[in-house]
Amino acid sequence: MEDMLFYDRMQFAFTITFHYLFPQLTMGLSLIIVYFKWKFLRTNTLKYNEAAKFWMKIFALNFAMGVVTGIPMEFQFGTNWAKFSELTGGIIGQTLAMEGMFSFFLESSFLGLFIFGEKLLGHKLHFVTGFLVFLGSWASGYLIIATHSWMQYPVGYEILENGKFVLNNFGALFSNPWLLPSYLHNQAASLVTSSFVVAAIGAFYLLNNKHNEFGKLFLKTGVIFGLISSLLVAFPTGDLVAKNVAKHQPVTFAAMEGIFETEKGGSEIVLIGQPNMLEKKLDNKIAVPNILSFLTYQDWNAEIKGLNEFSKDLHPTNIPSLYYAYHIMVGLGTIFIGLMLVAVVQLFRKKLYKTKWVLWSIMFMLPFPYIANTTGWYTAELGRQPWLVYNLLRTADGASPTVSSGNTLFTLLGFIGLYLLLGLLFLMLAGKIINKGPQLNNH
Amino acid sequence: MELFWYIILMTMLAIYVILDGYDFGAGIIHLFFAKKEKDKKAITNAIGPFWDANEVWLIASGGVLFFAFPTLYASSFSGFYLPLIIILWLLIFRAIGLELRGQIHNKIWETIWDKAFGIASLLLALFFGVALGNVVRGVNLGNVVDGVSTHEAHYFFLPLWNPSFSPHAEQLGIIDWFTLLLGIIGVVALTIHGANWIIFKTNSDINEKLKKVVFNLNIVLLALVIISISVWHIIEPDPFHNFIDKPLLCIFPLIAFIGLFGLFKVKHFKKHGMGFVFSTLFLFGGLTSTVASIFPKVLPSTNNINPDLTLYNVAADEYGLSVGVHWFAIAAVLVAIYMVIQYKVFKGKMDDVGYGEH
Repeated sequence: MEDMLFYDRMQFAFTITFHYLFPQLTMGLSLIIVYFKWKFLRTNTLKYNEAAKFWMKIFALNFAMGVVTGIPMEFQFGTNWAKFSELTGGIIGQTLAMEGMFSFFLESSFLGLFIFGEKLLGHKLHFVTGFLVFLGSWASGYLIIATHSWMQYPVGYEILENGKFVLNNFGALFSNPWLLPSYLHNQAASLVTSSFVVAAIGAFYLLNNKHNEFGKLFLKTGVIFGLISSLLVAFPTGDLVAKNVAKHQPVTFAAMEGIFETEKGGSEIVLIGQPNMLEKKLDNKIAVPNILSFLTYQDWNAEIKGLNEFSKDLHPTNIPSLYYAYHIMVGLGTIFIGLMLVAVVQLFRKKLYKTKWVLWSIMFMLPFPYIANTTGWYTAELGRQPWLVYNLLRTADGASPTVSSGNTLFTLLGFIGLYLLLGLLFLMLAGKIINKGPQLNNH
Repeated sequence: MELFWYIILMTMLAIYVILDGYDFGAGIIHLFFAKKEKDKKAITNAIGPFWDANEVWLIASGGVLFFAFPTLYASSFSGFYLPLIIILWLLIFRAIGLELRGQIHNKIWETIWDKAFGIASLLLALFFGVALGNVVRGVNLGNVVDGVSTHEAHYFFLPLWNPSFSPHAEQLGIIDWFTLLLGIIGVVALTIHGANWIIFKTNSDINEKLKKVVFNLNIVLLALVIISISVWHIIEPDPFHNFIDKPLLCIFPLIAFIGLFGLFKVKHFKKHGMGFVFSTLFLFGGLTSTVASIFPKVLPSTNNINPDLTLYNVAADEYGLSVGVHWFAIAAVLVAIYMVIQYKVFKGKMDDVGYGEH
């Protein structure tokens, strides 16, 4: 039984981690492409249209990967988490079914038109199809995070005698206080990934002395979008999400921040340190006193409960992973803001395109927003453990009762192999598109 | 309310089979009949802008199943674990076959993805037929061994096959001769359907040949349908009771036979879309007749200890189902609008769309 739950969790974690590498680019990039197309319509400068067309190629490839790795997600609720689906399907089925009906149809119908329809539609309508694809992908994110929010902070439900969760207030699913901060935080983070990718490809062209005109355009667009979005990720959205966790999941908050024991007179913020689970303390700690209390409650001396105040069976299952995931996310987020600030300052001093070290840094930063997004989601998901539905349904009680561990291990290995192939193909083909670069006047 | 959502779900599944069915069929035609590069291009162009949206019908149907019938979703998805995961892998191969083929111009690269697309389409058609076979045959709910349930009454697990290959075995498998028969019907019917779509949407050189293929396969299909009806009593002792009790349901088999016999006139159709209309009628009629024959069961039990799953004992609660009607109505109107736009823009022959060219 233990094995079974472990493989079920590993398979979901692996497939969702791999899957979300793609939508985080889809959502932000669709906005940037719509921006390029809009600039083209306003200025009638061909460069912007070519930029939109170039990113559309990456977008199409990325979107296809997102679709094929997304279908297994919906299936896995039933295949591996049957008990969870049976008990909560009447509630999370609402938002998941709405995602299919409202966003997937919108995205898929207009993606074809967006990619193949430029000649057929003319530029204005082509812009509209791009906007609709953007709208569909953001609606999809909204409904997924509505589902996620219900699992973190269940609302509008009652529990029947047979253990089934029954919806009694549809509106509550969308007025959930967890939803809006999480959604905005996630969308801003998705825009961070996309703007860093756009900026990194721009830096790559400039450093290569190839496609310089586009290199400059991508870099400029990327760093401006990048600065705005990395600021938004931290404040106000990240701040609001953290306050929600502190308020509604205090034990998770303690584990994330690495607070083993309640500190009198206000909590320090831990910058670096390794959780030592045997002695229940942080090793090699570097911390600043009272900052955490201030950030959380705007009071230097507010008390934040440590893990010692909660019974052990309420603790997150893997405290070190949760702690590291959270600190990697916050650390990277801080670096993103710093780098983008430097880049924007250099841009306004008209020196960005020649400041080699900034260009190299931006290029090498490309994978890190993906890591930050992933660890951010790990923080949310590991933080919810040991629960599937916070405080109401344990993860151990949600797995499929009849699927044996051997079968899940088999399919997990299958997914690993298949996704390795998909990842290699994606990198190879994206590399080919990037290496060829945008083309001016190739009509 | 349960009945309303049952009809919605079945309608969505039927739309999925009709729409993605032509993609599978086109893939099978691509595998066996398209030899020249030009013909292959014509086929991928004919489905290029549509297949992704067609596949959404599967995901949306899955969503509605999850939301309206959570117990059935949980029971069947975990019970049919292995074939479902294999279907997922095949869907992935079909999609990347289509999307990646045109990215690199190299004979071997193109051949690999052509085969991935074609073989995945063939196996998907087979597996979906097998899946339908499993649903009507029923499963050992509660995994009863020696008269005792080893799991909760609505859970089960099926291996891919059992040594006896029989739909009556003590220990059932996903694939037995009955479900395989339905799988083959699926392959033949979708091949015809895909050929009709290609005839409808392209001016390809193989269209004349495809009309012959449709005609010949239709003879095979008729034979298979007759065989399946004549053995149906093996899995359901009284296979026609629903049609006798409620004669109105006979409209479904009637539609199927209109489609089936209409297709024999394929060589004489003036309009290129006529064949597609008839194969659509057959798929719609065949699918609805099959599910109507077990109504109101949605997954029969093969033991007499645990009851059948019916649409009434697997549904979500009343409030959730009623509130769902509101958003579903809005979404359905929007989806209809998208489809009209999509098929208007890509109306007529598709030979020059340039799918997959970079």
